[in-house]
Amino acid sequence: MAEDVFKALADPTRRRILDELVERDGQTLFEICTRLVTKHGLGLSRQAISQHLAVLEAAGLVRSRRQGRYKFHDVNTEPLERIVTRWLRPDEPESAP
Amino acid sequence: MRIHLSSVFVDDQEKALRFYTDVLGFVKKHDVPMGEDRWLTVVSPEEPDGTELLLEPSGHPAVEPYKTALVQDGIPAASFAVDDVRAEFGRLRELGVRFTQEPLEMGPITTAVLDDTCGNLIQIAHSK
Repeated sequence: MAEDVFKALADPTRRRILDELVERDGQTLFEICTRLVTKHGLGLSRQAISQHLAVLEAAGLVRSRRQGRYKFHDVNTEPLERIVTRWLRPDEPESAP
Repeated sequence: MRIHLSSVFVDDQEKALRFYTDVLGFVKKHDVPMGEDRWLTVVSPEEPDGTELLLEPSGHPAVEPYKTALVQDGIPAASFAVDDVRAEFGRLRELGVRFTQEPLEMGPITTAVLDDTCGNLIQIAHSK
């Protein structure tokens, strides 16, 4: 699972997708593509973006939900918390007894 | 050459006519009986002789899967120009219109995407 997270984060396009989802949750594929093109000049095909989203979803960083006839994507930061805490040292005691 | 007519496939022509006129604010231009269906077009009141929008019936078997796939991914079937996307978003939401994309500013362009209740998503846009 953690390896999937590292793999997902290794790609700059996928990091941009997360950036945009942090700005607003609940985006359609169309909105994500529009943001990547107009804000970041990333003119990838919708299919390519869809594949990037699948990688993010497999790593648990993005959740997609169907709501009626629409499909929305939300960011999920839980897997990041596990990474952050992994190498954090417990606080050193201020003075040895 | 100019664009004379563009079309959207609608699930129900009468329902579509009400939405495109009463809610969006277009006016009916042509309404000609064609067997079970109608040749039904609307135009902008600001340009009565401008491009017509044909509210075309969705009966062909290829249409439903096409529309379903577009809507799932949030892709609009048409884009209409408005003076102020945020103002229009507020007005339409008051009327109960469902948006799949709230107003989004992208440099000089602002867009939003709404559900026309007849199986399509419609983009509204303005540029500074």
